[in-house]
Amino acid sequence: MFSNASNFVQGVDTSFAIILGASLFFLVGITAVMVYFVVRYNKNKHPEAKDVYENKKLEITWTVIPTILVLIMFYFGWTGYQPMRDIPDEGLKIKAYAQMWSWQFEYDNGKFSDTLVVPKDEPVILDLVSRDVVHSLYIPAFRIKEDVVPGVDNKMWFIGQEEGDYDIFCAEYCGDRHSYMLSKVSVLPESEYTKWYNDTTATADHPGLAILKKNACLSCHSLDGSRIVGPSFKGIWGHEVEVVTNGEERTVTVDEEYVKKSIYDPNADVVKGFNQGLMISYQNIVSDDEIKDIIDYLKTLK
Amino acid sequence: MSVALAQPENFYQAKRGLFSWIFSTDHKRIGLLYFYAIISFFLVAMALGFLMRLELIAPGETVMGAKTYNQVFTLHGVIMIFLFLIPSVPAFFGNFLLPLMIGTDDVAFPKLNLFSWWLYVLGGIFALLTLVVGDGPADTGWTFYAPYSVKTGTNVTLAVLAAFILGFSSILTGLNFIVTIHRLRAPKMGWFQMPLFAWALYATAWIQLLATPVIGITLLMIIAERVFGVGLFDPSLGGDPILYQHLFWIYSHPAVYIMVLPGMGLISEMIPTFAKRTIFGYKAIAYSSLAIAFIGYFVWGHHMFTSGMSGPARVIFSVLTFLVAVPSAIKVFNWVATLYKGAIDVKTPLLFSLAFIFQFLLGGLTGLVIGALATDIHLHDTYFVVGHFHYVMFGGAGFAFFGALHYWYGKIWGKMYNEKRAQIAFWLMFIGFNTLYFPMLVLGLMGMPRRYYDYLERFETLNVISTVGSWILITGILLMIINLIVSRKSGKVAPRNPWGGTTMEWQTPSPPPLHNFDATPVVPEGNPYDHKNNITEKA
Repeated sequence: MFSNASNFVQGVDTSFAIILGASLFFLVGITAVMVYFVVRYNKNKHPEAKDVYENKKLEITWTVIPTILVLIMFYFGWTGYQPMRDIPDEGLKIKAYAQMWSWQFEYDNGKFSDTLVVPKDEPVILDLVSRDVVHSLYIPAFRIKEDVVPGVDNKMWFIGQEEGDYDIFCAEYCGDRHSYMLSKVSVLPESEYTKWYNDTTATADHPGLAILKKNACLSCHSLDGSRIVGPSFKGIWGHEVEVVTNGEERTVTVDEEYVKKSIYDPNADVVKGFNQGLMISYQNIVSDDEIKDIIDYLKTLK
Repeated sequence: MSVALAQPENFYQAKRGLFSWIFSTDHKRIGLLYFYAIISFFLVAMALGFLMRLELIAPGETVMGAKTYNQVFTLHGVIMIFLFLIPSVPAFFGNFLLPLMIGTDDVAFPKLNLFSWWLYVLGGIFALLTLVVGDGPADTGWTFYAPYSVKTGTNVTLAVLAAFILGFSSILTGLNFIVTIHRLRAPKMGWFQMPLFAWALYATAWIQLLATPVIGITLLMIIAERVFGVGLFDPSLGGDPILYQHLFWIYSHPAVYIMVLPGMGLISEMIPTFAKRTIFGYKAIAYSSLAIAFIGYFVWGHHMFTSGMSGPARVIFSVLTFLVAVPSAIKVFNWVATLYKGAIDVKTPLLFSLAFIFQFLLGGLTGLVIGALATDIHLHDTYFVVGHFHYVMFGGAGFAFFGALHYWYGKIWGKMYNEKRAQIAFWLMFIGFNTLYFPMLVLGLMGMPRRYYDYLERFETLNVISTVGSWILITGILLMIINLIVSRKSGKVAPRNPWGGTTMEWQTPSPPPLHNFDATPVVPEGNPYDHKNNITEKA
């Protein structure tokens, strides 16, 4: 039961063992007494009931003992949790961006990754940033979770103590594809991590595709024509689409001006059949040059 | 005993026609109006629950898409909470039984009572309208967390308006009961001669009256933000999403006690009757209702342990959460002690009560696991929480409701239900319920988040078991309902007091006459569960 995947697992699992153990004891004990009474004092065996109104000593006992017990449970819950809030000053600082419906991790050197890669045995401090609604970063194997709240500066930390890949889930409901907002944390030996960290050469991806991935565009807009939440990118460049502008339908051609407007002011022209209000403006996030890369890439999606 | 003279007209016979029902100010008729509406909504939400479990029987898409699934679980929650759990016990059993139990002819404000029912209907219609207009029902979960609830294109405004109206229905019912209990108790009935169900309703009514306005204001704020763009909760408009969570849970945690306290009151009525002895620790049970209602106001922060709330706030909310468990534990000990040296008659209402104790205990103890900080951080927003609150809400409040339906069936409808079929239905429900919800606790410990349309393969086996449990449970519920419908025609005529109960509602004919009692009711001396001076025992 006790793994050592993060520095918190042992403390949390100790709390689990104590609280679950005590709870199981009471559940079994009280249920057993109840069933025994029902059998023992069944009217066939025990036809004359006897009134017992109260018993002060007994009642005080079963008020005081549970009070003490729950305070003990509280104490273990607190001690297992306290280290999670003692965020060290020194450590590897990574920005974790959450948005519908993907995770992105930004490192000191400007490197972006859609999985969280960390060195073994070193404190990692995550700065949690949401670009739209409330999300929650949950790593079950590490026993940690913290909400990613827009406009609020939440932080979490951990030390990965065993090499391996562990699931990251989004735990706060965030819309259609909440259950697909998954990622991994990879705990690597120091040397492998350093190699990974310093490898800033461009990926094999087209630069436009890399920008789409980095900004979670693909969690709503597919590349293969399938419908997710927004219209697919496949084959849209240069084609005409029906959009709704201020409640009126009109036809526009997908050109540079339209692409830019859709990125900076996504609710202005919404493709017919899709919803307003779900996409954020990328005004200060995606630059003009990056939009050019995106357009170059869109041209390749025939 | 003496031969009954001409049986007085019962309240069904007193007036006839649709209008005599929907514009009735008789508490018994209003109670029944609530009942038929509540049980219909329950069946709708149960069907939605069935669809959700069917979708989750295997990973990937099974019977519906992700957005539909999200709308289904939202509607399931909204209906079950606002249209079933909150009104179920107070608005139906409370309305029907409270005046009978305290020996009076109606609630304090009969017209207000009728108005509350109409508000309930209006709220229900708004909730159902979300199905057919615009972009379909809200997809936010019943919690309507901002800023998602501000951004989504689905019918959040309408759903929130429905909850707002239903809130008023609940506030007015609470107000009515408080005044009724203070002013209309039979002469000579002291506070500690009231049945414990009346105590539970009294504690609940204060929560309804004082906490519900907070959610009303909060929901209006959501509408202001969605419709007029006032920045309250959405940070892109300058608002604070954490503020929303605080305001929401300031109501919604006490609301949990609105749902479960009246159910505890029902259990306190049924156990002494079937144990044929007085309740153990009457005063402790009465006071613990008040204690739960009071401490319950100060624990809302435990819904937000991972929200980024300050460290000291998390610690204080955790301590208070543990303390609110104590009065609940006291009630459980008292109920079990009431079985001691009884002459126990195992009938369906008692079976439901025993199942309540077991399931509420499991729900309460899992509540301790998520009340502790370290363990909550892991379990927060996982299936463990879903399992926990279904154990309390359905395994607790729901089972109390169905047990009480059998217990007072004769009093309300004048016929007795079929005992054998009722017991078969009970066992199906008990087995189905635990097969459905226990695996969720394990899934949560394994780390499966809640509100997941799709899941990883390692969670599959337990999800299959859970879905099979839902089939058994629904079979049991349908069998129970069929039995209750059939018994209305074929059941034996119910006497005044079929179970040998000691409280005042058993002194009147079944069903009661329009003005409740055919003779001046007698207030039992001492505590209301004394079998030795039970004047109605053989009536």
